[in-house]
Amino acid sequence: MTPLLQVRDISKHYGARIGCTDVGFDLYPGEVMGIVGESGSGKSTLLNCLAGHLPPDRGEVIFDTRADGPVDTVTMSEPARRMLARTDWAFVHQHARDGLRMTVSAGGNIGERLMAVGTRHYGDIRSRATDWLERVEIDENRIDDRPSAFSGGMQQRLQIARNLVTGPRLVFMDEPTGGLDVSVQARLLDLVRGLVREMGLSALIVTHDLAVVRLLADRLMVMKDGHVVEAGLTDQVLDDPQHGYTQLLVSSVLQV
Amino acid sequence: MNEYNFAYLDEQTKRMIRRAILKGLAIPGYQVPFASREMPMPYGWGTGGVQVSAATLTPDDTLKVIDQGADDTTNAVSIRKFFERTAGIETTEETEKATVIQTRHRIPEQKLREDQILVYQVPIPEPLRFLEPRETETRKMHSLEEYGLMHVKLYEDISQHGQIATSYAYPVRVSERYVMDPSPIPKFDNPKLEMDAIQLFGAGREQRIYAVPPHTKLVSLDFEDYPFEASKADHACDLCGAQDSYLDELITDDQGGRMFVCSDTDYCRCRREAGHIGRLGVPAQ
Repeated sequence: MTPLLQVRDISKHYGARIGCTDVGFDLYPGEVMGIVGESGSGKSTLLNCLAGHLPPDRGEVIFDTRADGPVDTVTMSEPARRMLARTDWAFVHQHARDGLRMTVSAGGNIGERLMAVGTRHYGDIRSRATDWLERVEIDENRIDDRPSAFSGGMQQRLQIARNLVTGPRLVFMDEPTGGLDVSVQARLLDLVRGLVREMGLSALIVTHDLAVVRLLADRLMVMKDGHVVEAGLTDQVLDDPQHGYTQLLVSSVLQV
Repeated sequence: MNEYNFAYLDEQTKRMIRRAILKGLAIPGYQVPFASREMPMPYGWGTGGVQVSAATLTPDDTLKVIDQGADDTTNAVSIRKFFERTAGIETTEETEKATVIQTRHRIPEQKLREDQILVYQVPIPEPLRFLEPRETETRKMHSLEEYGLMHVKLYEDISQHGQIATSYAYPVRVSERYVMDPSPIPKFDNPKLEMDAIQLFGAGREQRIYAVPPHTKLVSLDFEDYPFEASKADHACDLCGAQDSYLDELITDDQGGRMFVCSDTDYCRCRREAGHIGRLGVPAQ
């Protein structure tokens, strides 16, 4: 089977400081990979490099496109990369405000990607938006409300709906549960897990919350100071951490 | 004649503006940056249009200036006087006789000819501005033809008002390439954008010039199930009886009295002189 995403030797430096360095892995269709580490360990830099928001200094990000098979997205043309970013890729920001248009209604937010790829039938867009609101458990009579009238958890669910409406194959998530209270977190995780299974999505989830990866991720990468210090199956890494830092991380989790 | 250089601007500035105009004509709908000058009038009063007119005028030209269709409003009168004084050219109120027409917010009702130039005053040239505030991003969207966002605005209109409520500055696609803000003309005028005359757009504060050559294909954006509609008040002109012209609604007293009149004063005058009389009109002398 061809990996959906092959990452080779990605490095990004901010001047003399290391963002992330020598990161490489394969992600297969339907697989969910977690990236954990403390603040400043290079998780978000890595994710932004992979999603094309930051140009890496070195390395390849090879994505298995529908049309042309595996293509290096770092060197591909910008229009093609942006096209990919609004069709086959999705990016869920930590703060829903970064990923949503706050001055546009929920329906418009969900419809934006559809219109960006050429849908020009209002009725179709409207019914797809209604359908997706239902799938992310937002009441359909909120369709014409602006996201600013939504709670944090609803905003995050709306952001997910807005991203998944074009049926992407790869989802990048940057701390999707950050800033949400635990019960809302639990519902969101439940929702994401359901969508990932149902749509056969592959996902890369950056988080510092080990519970999130335990629940969602098949595989795990642990980062420290820009380096990957440990990688493996989630349960294996969390239950039998080998690297000193991973041991520290696992033992730092508060027990209730 | 007087101590001003012809049409106020110095020759180097006019060359610079003409270059921008030519580039704009070569790439219809593309916003060409230009070094907009301070003009002796405030921004918002047509500094962009005035600069384009100044660079376009020759001593043989006849200038007409309209503001919301009217020849006798402050903006129109003062710009006409400005060019009378600084260029010493002929001015007119008759669309027929003008070679250069500077306009704010309207296209004349009368069909324009190939030897005429229509100059628009543009407040905000960027159609995506209120959807995407970053200029770097909107430029990228133009260069990559990413115009989905424009439809988000129309979607919002329909979801809030049940129809496309954008009634002026209605976005158009020029030659199947650039999406352009046709300046705040009513959408009633959008079909008239496909015309025989050259159309030049000048935005002074925003420092942009763009253009539409004659016979260029322009499409008003819409949805398949909510097609574009050029709308106007459902009345006839109360002075000249015209059914086909864009109308202004005037409040005439505090008893609910109102009348609808052509916003294009020259068109209305011509019709009255030709003997047409509306509901409240009197025969022309």
